Amino acid sequence: MTSFLQQAFNGLVSGGFYALLALGLAVIFGMLRVVNFAHGALYMLGAFGAVVLSDSLGLGFWWALLIVPLVLAAAGMLVERLLVHRLAALDPLYNFLLTFGIALVCQDLMRMKYGSHSQPYAGAPFPGSLDLGLFTFPTYQVFVLCVAAVVCLAVWLLLTRTRIGTVVRAATERPETTRAFGIDTGRWVTPVFGFGAGLAALAGVLAAPMRAVNSSMGADLIIIVFAVVVIGGLGSIPGAVTAGFLIGMLQALGNLYVPVLSQTSVYLLMAVVLLVRPAGLFGKEEHA
Amino acid sequence: MIRFVVTRLEAHPAWVRWGLLAAGLLLAFGLPWTLYPPVATDILCWALFAVAFDLLLGHAGLLSFGHAAFWGTSAYATGLIAIHSGLPFYAAVLCGAVAAAVLAVPIGFLGVRRSGIYFAMVTLAFAQMVYFVANQWSGLTGGENGLQGIPRTLPGVDLSDSFVFYYAALPVVLLGLLAAWRVVHSPFGRVVAAVRDNPARARALGYPVDRYKVVVFTISAFLSGLAGGLYAVNHGFASLQEVYWTTSGKVVVMTVLGGIGTLWGSLIGAGVIVRLEDWLATAGFDEVGLVTGGIFIVVVMLFRRGLWGTATHLLRRRFGALSEDTGEKHRPEHDREAPSQPVPS
Repeated sequence: MTSFLQQAFNGLVSGGFYALLALGLAVIFGMLRVVNFAHGALYMLGAFGAVVLSDSLGLGFWWALLIVPLVLAAAGMLVERLLVHRLAALDPLYNFLLTFGIALVCQDLMRMKYGSHSQPYAGAPFPGSLDLGLFTFPTYQVFVLCVAAVVCLAVWLLLTRTRIGTVVRAATERPETTRAFGIDTGRWVTPVFGFGAGLAALAGVLAAPMRAVNSSMGADLIIIVFAVVVIGGLGSIPGAVTAGFLIGMLQALGNLYVPVLSQTSVYLLMAVVLLVRPAGLFGKEEHA
Repeated sequence: MIRFVVTRLEAHPAWVRWGLLAAGLLLAFGLPWTLYPPVATDILCWALFAVAFDLLLGHAGLLSFGHAAFWGTSAYATGLIAIHSGLPFYAAVLCGAVAAAVLAVPIGFLGVRRSGIYFAMVTLAFAQMVYFVANQWSGLTGGENGLQGIPRTLPGVDLSDSFVFYYAALPVVLLGLLAAWRVVHSPFGRVVAAVRDNPARARALGYPVDRYKVVVFTISAFLSGLAGGLYAVNHGFASLQEVYWTTSGKVVVMTVLGGIGTLWGSLIGAGVIVRLEDWLATAGFDEVGLVTGGIFIVVVMLFRRGLWGTATHLLRRRFGALSEDTGEKHRPEHDREAPSQPVPS
């Protein structure tokens, strides 16, 4: 029982990372119809950002949590304006290819500067663990889980309860109708891309104290997140988030009961979902 | 479904086609004289891989981001057969390619249940699964160490010299290329093109659209398997690198650089990338992705026709007769959900 709860908790924590990344992917996809391959690279850059701030400027975790997502969101907006935007009128696969190229470049830039070894992160907050009687959890991971949950909830409220969110959702679902109502959907494209990039960077900063920070951390993660969004359905934001947590749990519990399948369980689940509900657990059939 | 810039092959006049074929064959036979022979054989393997990939991307409109699964599966299968059976390497490579094709059937079947960008994500994810299986099943694949000591067996011929092996590998690659060309120019290939251009109409005409996609996916995987098997025999080992996503990415880069849908452009893309990587490695520069990724971004942004496509486009514009599909011209009607800001191109 103890190990079950321990693993379930670990699953929720890694699920939090999947959810944050899938959320960013889904928001960007909804607005731009672009699947951002560079999302994993942004996560990796976020983690490196935290390390660099701590090592060279002496700025701690909390500063990193504030500065890095903003900087990378700005960088994302710049990339959207300069590159992604120019391919918007073409088949979305071109932008997928473009962001793949960007991911390759970012990854090797970091490898060139820092090598393939993992960078240590010194400024981890919340040392120690939380003792809950039956089991103990590292305090920092509890914090990560809370942040992931709060951010996902906040984005959901932002999308459903505010005017901006309404416009973005309308532009996502019925771009032409929205424009017919006199709403300039185009002006939201760049901020939304930046927002998604910022979410990935935030996940990266959160990962820095607990994951190995190296140039390939993003690429390995983004492939799992792709499976997550295929399972959850990219068209649905709650779907992407739920699938993120679900798959985190599945991996962790798989690790406990069927260790052989711990790494492949995600893809097996994806195969089942494709067979039974090709549009994804929460998705509706869409043209992508 | 997918509107890439597609350059038509048959638009070249006959003398150009025969001339190009002669030049290509001359180059293929002369390659190991001008290059370090193992690198020349690498170019052959990657060229066949890239053409197999373009058969799928350019002609079926399916972007697979998981072709490393087929290249790598065949590399391992070929290696295992060559090590344990002592069969001539031709037979081992053939069996490896069959193994890749067998793997392609379920992946293709599941993949075609989603289209467009989802297909790319699904194939990428399944390829990663193959990677994890290869990593975990280390008793068979050698795990991190790779599968070592793959022999170049051919009764009566000593293939230990890489120069000789090049000429032993060349017929396999030429046959593979011929097969790809035949597929494109067959009635089957016509239907595949129709499925790419207008799946709804192809379905209305009674063609089982998904089955065509799975079949062309399997053919592409088989040819990729031929290439991957040869590659493993050439190097004498198969590593996890062969099934890793970077390998899938590399073949995408080659094909896009050469020109999507040009089939032969992929040969040039493969040659350029392999030469470039070899050159960078010799110069002691490890971050190959920085260079290839940079080139890739430039090609996607500015030269979407690729090297071959741009060249033929320029030649055609010079000589009048322009007949090609450009992705920009006509967009499918279902793209009403397209991004909201059309960009002046």
